[in-house]
Amino acid sequence: MTGGIALALYVVPNDADQGFSQKIFYIHVPIALTAYACFGWAAWKAFRLLSRGEERYDLESYTAVHIGVIFGVLTLVTGSIWAKISWGHWWVWGSRQLVLFLVLFLFYSAYFMLRYSVEPWRQRANMSAVYALFGVVLVPVSFLAIRLAQDFVHPVVFNRHGPQMSAGMFATFCVCVAGALALAASLYANELAGKRLDARLRELREALA
Amino acid sequence: MTSAEKYVLAAYLVVFVAVLAYVLIFAGKLARLERELGQLAELARAKRPAAPKPAVEREEAPVG
Repeated sequence: MTGGIALALYVVPNDADQGFSQKIFYIHVPIALTAYACFGWAAWKAFRLLSRGEERYDLESYTAVHIGVIFGVLTLVTGSIWAKISWGHWWVWGSRQLVLFLVLFLFYSAYFMLRYSVEPWRQRANMSAVYALFGVVLVPVSFLAIRLAQDFVHPVVFNRHGPQMSAGMFATFCVCVAGALALAASLYANELAGKRLDARLRELREALA
Repeated sequence: MTSAEKYVLAAYLVVFVAVLAYVLIFAGKLARLERELGQLAELARAKRPAAPKPAVEREEAPVG
């Protein structure tokens, strides 16, 4: 991630249209894609829970949603900063891409309310899994909305002709995507280990009480 | 520093600060878990039954 940021800030030339402000692209888009990946991972784990019935998938799905929401907040904040430079506004309600990402974010934020309103037993795991599976439908909708709705506000960099940028810019973008995914994977692994340890300690406390 | 440079710097700083905050929160959580683990170990030690006294050795004696 650090290498990608260094490449973006010091090596890659400024964009001909947007100038220096386009460099937010190298952090905003990888973070947004990572948020989508986290929600997809959460849905996959939820599917495994519902199909196999193993309890451990519940914690894995929950952790993936947790990390995805963190990356979702960062996507909204960095996107807002970019919008302020490019459009002069922090938020544009007319852009379907922005609004759909906000809907996706709010949907997954509500996941926590659902989860903590149900007793921590099998029913909670199943309800959370179903919710995470429903939410993942919004990911392709959010991703494709800009293309389907011909949104002229939010820029389209990847179209049917491939990435609309130079080879150096694309390579830097790929490094940043790999960095963001690696960061998310390490946060996921740490968070999952912490949550498992917490659960084991709770069991131990109940056994010793 | 131009206005665009300030905004770009702000965007990168937001991400850096968020990751830093996450690491600090996680460090706090680990410290709490470590403390709880210590308390549980103490509790387990206190609840352990006292070790039975060693049986008194007796000399072998012929029977019959």
